[in-house]
Amino acid sequence: MLTAILAITVLALIFGLLLGFASVRFKVEGDPIVEQIDKLLPQTQCGQCSFAGCRPYAEAIAEGEVDINRCPPGGEATIQALANLLEVDVKPLDEECGVEQTKTLAVIDEQRCIGCTLCIQACPVDAILGAAKQMHTVIADECTGCDLCLPPCPVDCIDMVEVPISPNNWRWPDPNEPEPKQVTPT
Amino acid sequence: MRQLGSFPGGLVLDGQKSRSTALAIRKVPLSKTLVLPLQQHIGAAAVPVVNVGDTVLKGQRIAKADGHVSVCLHAPSSGQITAIDQQAIPHPSGLSAPCITIQTDGKEQWAELNPIENYQDCSDHDLRQLIRDAGIVGLGGAGFPSFIKLNPSVHHHVDTLILNGVECEPYISCDDMLMRERAQGILDGVAIMRYALKAKQCLIAIEDNKPEAIQAMKMALSEHKEKDNIEIVVVPTRYPAGSEKQLIQVITNKQVPAGGLPIDIGIVLHNVGTAYAIARAVNFGEPLISRIVTITGKDVKNAGNLEVLFGTPIKDCLTFCETKWQMASPIIQGGPMMGYPLPNADLPITKTANCILVGVEQAAPTEQAMPCIRCGDCATACPVSLLPQQLYWHSKAKDLDKAVDYNLFDCIECGCCNYVCPSEIPLVQYFKFAKTETMNQQQEKQKSDAARVRHENRQARQEMEKQEKERRQQQRKAALAASKAAKQTDKAKV
Amino acid sequence: MGLFKLTPPYLSASNRVTDHMVQLLLALLPAIAALTVFFGPGVLINIGLACIVAILSEAAMLKLRGKPLKPFLTDGSAIVTAVLLAIALPPLSPWWLTAIGIVFAIVFAKHLYGGLGYNPFNPAMVAYVLLLISFPVEMTRWLPVVNLSNIDITFATALQIIFTEQSPYQIAVDSLSGATPLDIMKTQIGLAQTPELIQQNSAFGLLAGQGWQWVNIWFAIGGLFLLYRKVINWHIPFAMLFALTFISLITWLISPETTASPLFHLLSGGTMIGAFFIATDPVSAATTLKGRLIYGAGIGLLTYIIRVWGGYPDGIAFAVLLMNMLVPLIDDLTRSDVYGTKR
Repeated sequence: MLTAILAITVLALIFGLLLGFASVRFKVEGDPIVEQIDKLLPQTQCGQCSFAGCRPYAEAIAEGEVDINRCPPGGEATIQALANLLEVDVKPLDEECGVEQTKTLAVIDEQRCIGCTLCIQACPVDAILGAAKQMHTVIADECTGCDLCLPPCPVDCIDMVEVPISPNNWRWPDPNEPEPKQVTPT
Repeated sequence: MRQLGSFPGGLVLDGQKSRSTALAIRKVPLSKTLVLPLQQHIGAAAVPVVNVGDTVLKGQRIAKADGHVSVCLHAPSSGQITAIDQQAIPHPSGLSAPCITIQTDGKEQWAELNPIENYQDCSDHDLRQLIRDAGIVGLGGAGFPSFIKLNPSVHHHVDTLILNGVECEPYISCDDMLMRERAQGILDGVAIMRYALKAKQCLIAIEDNKPEAIQAMKMALSEHKEKDNIEIVVVPTRYPAGSEKQLIQVITNKQVPAGGLPIDIGIVLHNVGTAYAIARAVNFGEPLISRIVTITGKDVKNAGNLEVLFGTPIKDCLTFCETKWQMASPIIQGGPMMGYPLPNADLPITKTANCILVGVEQAAPTEQAMPCIRCGDCATACPVSLLPQQLYWHSKAKDLDKAVDYNLFDCIECGCCNYVCPSEIPLVQYFKFAKTETMNQQQEKQKSDAARVRHENRQARQEMEKQEKERRQQQRKAALAASKAAKQTDKAKV
Repeated sequence: MGLFKLTPPYLSASNRVTDHMVQLLLALLPAIAALTVFFGPGVLINIGLACIVAILSEAAMLKLRGKPLKPFLTDGSAIVTAVLLAIALPPLSPWWLTAIGIVFAIVFAKHLYGGLGYNPFNPAMVAYVLLLISFPVEMTRWLPVVNLSNIDITFATALQIIFTEQSPYQIAVDSLSGATPLDIMKTQIGLAQTPELIQQNSAFGLLAGQGWQWVNIWFAIGGLFLLYRKVINWHIPFAMLFALTFISLITWLISPETTASPLFHLLSGGTMIGAFFIATDPVSAATTLKGRLIYGAGIGLLTYIIRVWGGYPDGIAFAVLLMNMLVPLIDDLTRSDVYGTKR
């Protein structure tokens, strides 16, 4: 009886030491989880998730404080990617935060712009070019469609325009979705 | 006898070629309106050099190439430019794109042409520019600017120029008829292409279901003045032998390395139609303004091959061939294995339209697909040795990383797997979707990475400005305190 | 207004899932006839019962899962599972045995994994193993060949025995049964008899067990028909039979006194039906051609091992299920070189 207890204890000690050694010696250096989460977020910095940008949201997810389904611009693809990374279940997008919309870009109506620079200060990615009393314009390539420039504008001269689909950026429809009825040739 | 290689899988299909090879190539009567998309090739769209209201002559340049991967566009007939705007184009999306519309005047008056007496007097660079200015693209259906593929560039020379006269897809016969009737012209083009590429030899590949074309090419070759090192290679009829990578494997038994180009193994491949167009451009000065199009199908009474000016409405070609199409069958541009349906017949014929197919025998059903029963027939049929079944499972689950890992981007979308699937799963549709989704995700990732950098830079800048402000405040405070102190001491002195 | 496909190809080969299944059933007919001739009409009743229960359970599961009934009920896969299971069971098994088996096969082994195309294990074999382990007595109540039995089993008698477990002959149903040739071979070898002597037993015929040899031959002919019609690939049956022959040949050459001949193994028990009809089930088998060779060989090898050194006289069912487990690994390891990636 005593030998049995002794034997098990010794074995446990040996294996414990081995595991401890392995956890130190073979430790895998990887990206901290916050970086990995942030890489998957769309970086619109829009705040629809109720955090002040994508990085704070990533930090909150890493802490386990919030769910992964609060990002409307990222949509289903981002939720899926986060679910894969964190090995949790996929959830549908939280309706409170917004709905998944087609990509839009901000366009300043140059007739109405008064050159007040309020939108420039609001843009989280510095995508608006301009100076005080000079014409402002949005650099289309850098605009993420976050909508943050709309509220500050005193003359409401910024419109969110959908990105036009041309044959060059058209994508094949998802075969999983039911096919819309095709119009036959007339 | 040349030892031929082979590719795995593939299909033996009913050719249906005799429908459209009974008659010689006919010319379609001139249409009243020609609508010319500015992008009828892979690469950047051409930029118009004419304005609305201008009168143009046949063969006059109406749009110039934009950037390197681009070619020019020419007026197929004389007339007036009536519009430069968005028009519907033949594309699977059914969307519109910028087009130039010409109202023809019926006179067919040619612009001034500059034929080259002897192409060997030109440098290969000049010849390539000429071919680009003539608007010549690959006429096999893909439309890649041909001049780029006539540049040996860092390799300095090319071992083999392969001319693709295989035309493996059922119903299409435009290359067949071109070889039968204009073999000399094709060989003239071969000579020019060999000169530009410094190619050691040329192999002209023709499928064995085209005996008349083989005969015509052989005869033309025996009479041609530049026949050294040109060989006609007859390949067994098997779909998709006409696909670039598979044809190279059949003829040379070599494989183009994944992610590479045929020129990496010393081979360049061109369509026979492209060779003919090059000969016309160089020796006669004619830019590319028309092509041979096969109009065929169950519903086409008088099927055949037509010489069609670009911009001609498809409707005119169909009427010329007495087509009576039914509501249920689509108008397909291309062949039955890789073509796509067009929403209506008012769309124009473009440089990449090799066939218009109305009414397919043994048509695939449109019922709901059954689940995959893992029979493995798709993998057996795949000419690229992919595992379509795995690609399907991962594309369906939107697990795109796994799909790319299974070589999704090596898929040539030939449709062999789809053809044999007993569950009628639309495999090609899944792969096309997965590819565009993956590319879109990669683009979005790049954009979001750039946005993150900009955001972090902005935050850093704001941080810096704040610190700068604080520092100045401190300085001012210190200065104020110093001056106050100085005043105190002054007061005290007084 | 008509509907047409958005993407090519617009051509399609004429084979369909239903065609596969119908040809499979046709190929089974000669062997079923042989079974009836040699062992009585019990197998036909079992087949009928199994088919009815299979269709009912499939319909019930489709309804529960909210799937459309028509395409799935008519694809023939449930019928094929039912027929294969019914053939695998002893001819006079009680009706509840067949019913439990087929319900388990359709509900658990097929639909609970996701339905057609999603099951990792062969449903007929899962059911067989369940029954074998849960009801060993009923599952080993095999009949001797009709000419050896002094009881005449008519259709009515079979019905009575199957549905009421009462035999009309004042003889217990138990005593109607006899050991199969595989059984006899295994036990007698254990008693140190040589196979040569064993095969002089009346239960044995010219090549292998009486009746069983013919049944296996007819299964093989059915299988060749399927190969000819390109319903199945040659890889799995060939690999399985080759592996079985190979290992039995080696052991037989080493020690002919204690091992049965390869011919005996090939024509006994479920070898041929296993090789051509059960192991070739596309859903649970390996998909790559190289993988199929490994899969088939594994089944052949495991069958022999279980037959000779395992606890059961026939090992096909267990062999198939064990190889089913290895299929994802086999598939992953046998990916062929994609064009352009070979160095």
